[in-house]
Amino acid sequence: MIAGLLLVGTIPSATAVPASTQSNCVKCHFDIEDENGAAHQIGRDIHQQSGLYCSDCHGGNPALDDMDAIRASAGYRGVPDRLAIPAFCSRCHSDARYMHEYNPSLSVDQWEKYQTSVHGMRLAEKKDRKVATCVSCHTAHSIGAAKMPYSSTYPQNLPTTCGRCHADKAYMAEYGIPTDQLEKYTRSVHGIALLERGDLGAPACNDCHGNHGAAPPGIASLDAVCGLCHAIEAHLFDGSPHRPAFIEQGLPMCETCHGNHEILKPSDSLIGLAEGQLCATCHAADDQSKASADILKVSAGLRSLGNAADSAAHLLSLAGAKGMMITDEEFMLKEVGQIRVQARSTVHAFAADSLTPKVEEGLAKAEDVRKRAVKLIEEYDFRRFGLGIASIFITLLALGLYLKIRRLG
Amino acid sequence: MPGPEHRQQQSLPRRLYGWADTRFSIGDLVDYMRHKTVPVHGHSIFYYLGGLTLFLFLVQVGTGILLLMYYRPGADSAYESVRFIVSEVSFGWLIRSLHSWSANLMILVAFLHMFTVYFTQAYRKPRELTWFTGMALLGLGMAFGFSGYLLPWNELSFFATRVGTGMVRALPFVGDYLMQVLRGGDEVTGATIGRFFGLHVAILPAAFTLVIAAHLLFVQRQGMSEPVDWMTKNQNEKKFITFFPNFLYRDLLLWLLALNVLALLAVFFPDGIGIVHWPLGQKADPFAPPPLMIRPEWYFMFAFEALRLLPVHVLFLEGELFGIILFGLGGILWLLVPFLDKSSNLNRRSPLFMWFGVLVVAFIVVMTILGYTLP
Repeated sequence: MIAGLLLVGTIPSATAVPASTQSNCVKCHFDIEDENGAAHQIGRDIHQQSGLYCSDCHGGNPALDDMDAIRASAGYRGVPDRLAIPAFCSRCHSDARYMHEYNPSLSVDQWEKYQTSVHGMRLAEKKDRKVATCVSCHTAHSIGAAKMPYSSTYPQNLPTTCGRCHADKAYMAEYGIPTDQLEKYTRSVHGIALLERGDLGAPACNDCHGNHGAAPPGIASLDAVCGLCHAIEAHLFDGSPHRPAFIEQGLPMCETCHGNHEILKPSDSLIGLAEGQLCATCHAADDQSKASADILKVSAGLRSLGNAADSAAHLLSLAGAKGMMITDEEFMLKEVGQIRVQARSTVHAFAADSLTPKVEEGLAKAEDVRKRAVKLIEEYDFRRFGLGIASIFITLLALGLYLKIRRLG
Repeated sequence: MPGPEHRQQQSLPRRLYGWADTRFSIGDLVDYMRHKTVPVHGHSIFYYLGGLTLFLFLVQVGTGILLLMYYRPGADSAYESVRFIVSEVSFGWLIRSLHSWSANLMILVAFLHMFTVYFTQAYRKPRELTWFTGMALLGLGMAFGFSGYLLPWNELSFFATRVGTGMVRALPFVGDYLMQVLRGGDEVTGATIGRFFGLHVAILPAAFTLVIAAHLLFVQRQGMSEPVDWMTKNQNEKKFITFFPNFLYRDLLLWLLALNVLALLAVFFPDGIGIVHWPLGQKADPFAPPPLMIRPEWYFMFAFEALRLLPVHVLFLEGELFGIILFGLGGILWLLVPFLDKSSNLNRRSPLFMWFGVLVVAFIVVMTILGYTLP
């Protein structure tokens, strides 16, 4: 880090080296390096694409065509020591005025945040050469903006980027932390959304842990982290009796019920006091408490809403299979689904009374859909009956005509 | 003159007939129909196809008038009104289904009618104008189908019409202008619905009525065409039935059976089935990406597929233009067959024209199959 700080002196300019001489570094390095080498990778690096070149980071005079002469030239910095990398990069990235020339919207607090991260603290305090530095996540010479799909920090690539170290048992052995986060995340509702469905709004590692200031969220702040996306649930949870109780018992907020890396899609069956149900972990069915009564009421409400929605959906699919037009009813059924989602959100208030209006609204709507589906099925039967009557009438008429034709010869 | 007592002895229909006969002399007409005969032979069944086409057209007129009571043309109302018809209006679904089924069946039967007339050489002198008016009716029927397809203003109809109207751009000099006339602008919009609606419910019905009146008049005046090989037969070897009532009753019997089939199809397959399909689906959205496979109605498929399979350039012409010219020439050739086929005018078989017909049928069938099977 000190070495890095010493390097912070001159700020390279995009026009410091004439374009005609920029390729001198690449000319030699391209021949002596394999395809993973800097000269081969630099083509897709955002710095190179922005007009910066080797000497802007590594110093020296690239106009010279001899490696030794370049090394001896003024300002040559060469390859930074691993401990000095964050400072090496922050020469530019912490300079707001300089960065404004290239990307005014890019923050310049990466180094500051990095110093608060577990990675940064171990690097500074323990001189741990294994912790992640800038190049661990961003690569050294094929750095891409996070919005570029080939970038190592593109949301869909980020779990793998973090997993390169955190899923490596041998590499992480000395730190005594689990290495199954990536595996669990891949199975989680977030992982499936991001990696399988391609939903870039779904959180990757950095959305919960931070990126440059990466650290495990604190117990008390966990609901705030989850609440960044799940705002309604977090708001309800803040006013619920669970929050003070969890703080008192030192339980991580959302994580206590939902887990962390392997957050699965919650179902109504999680709520209840039977063996294996989530609430039974802390609450007993026979404790005669208001909490237990509330849990049973919430469970019953969600179950009845789910059953009503399933029943309506089943009848509607029957009507649809018979060729009836069910577009309006399908739309209404989506509203029931939306009400179910809202009801599940309301569970986070942990008060049965706040759930009741939603359940009643959903039940009424589901019943409406069910009635309309039944009416459609009855309509279908009526059509067939009507067809039968009309068909008999037409057939009799045709028969009479046929007999008349025969009589005429 | 019969007295009051005699009139009381007559049945009501007879009295009505007498009332009308006194004023309009319809006795002459009935007498003409009684003496008119229809040949009976191995292919007599083909004589009923024209009547069946007429029946299906009448069903369309009836159901079309009923649909007209609720249909509202316009980009903001067309889809909504059709949706209202099929979901809210009593028996609206049945009317729309009958309208669509009868339209498709009418085109099918009209094609069959045309090919049976062609292969029995019934177009030969003196029935050239009957053939011309028949061809005009088929063209008008297809125009009915094309203009009616857009009216629900759903996703499929919108993109199919965009492709269909876009094809005329291939025509040199007038292509762009024609497309603008068809669309009412550069793009398919609410203005296009207005035009297609006007065509579908006013211009085409008026034209169709005039041409069908001429067609029926010709058929009635000239009678049914006798087979070519009857010309060598003696009069006593030929068999006939009277047009009224024998043929007409048989015609009516077929109409009743067709009505039964129509009702069955409309109830069990209200949105059609297979390649004959008209689900309402989503409302047209000009900004949405087009569906993966835009297909025209089945009776345009052979032409659509043939144009699609043509290379980008043929000789010095663009492929699409070459195809349109080829179809144009083919159509003219087909239309002029009564004049070109000299043998049939001498009441002889025409192997050349028979093979030409087989080639046309094979082309239509193969191209249609390719249209539905090729990716």
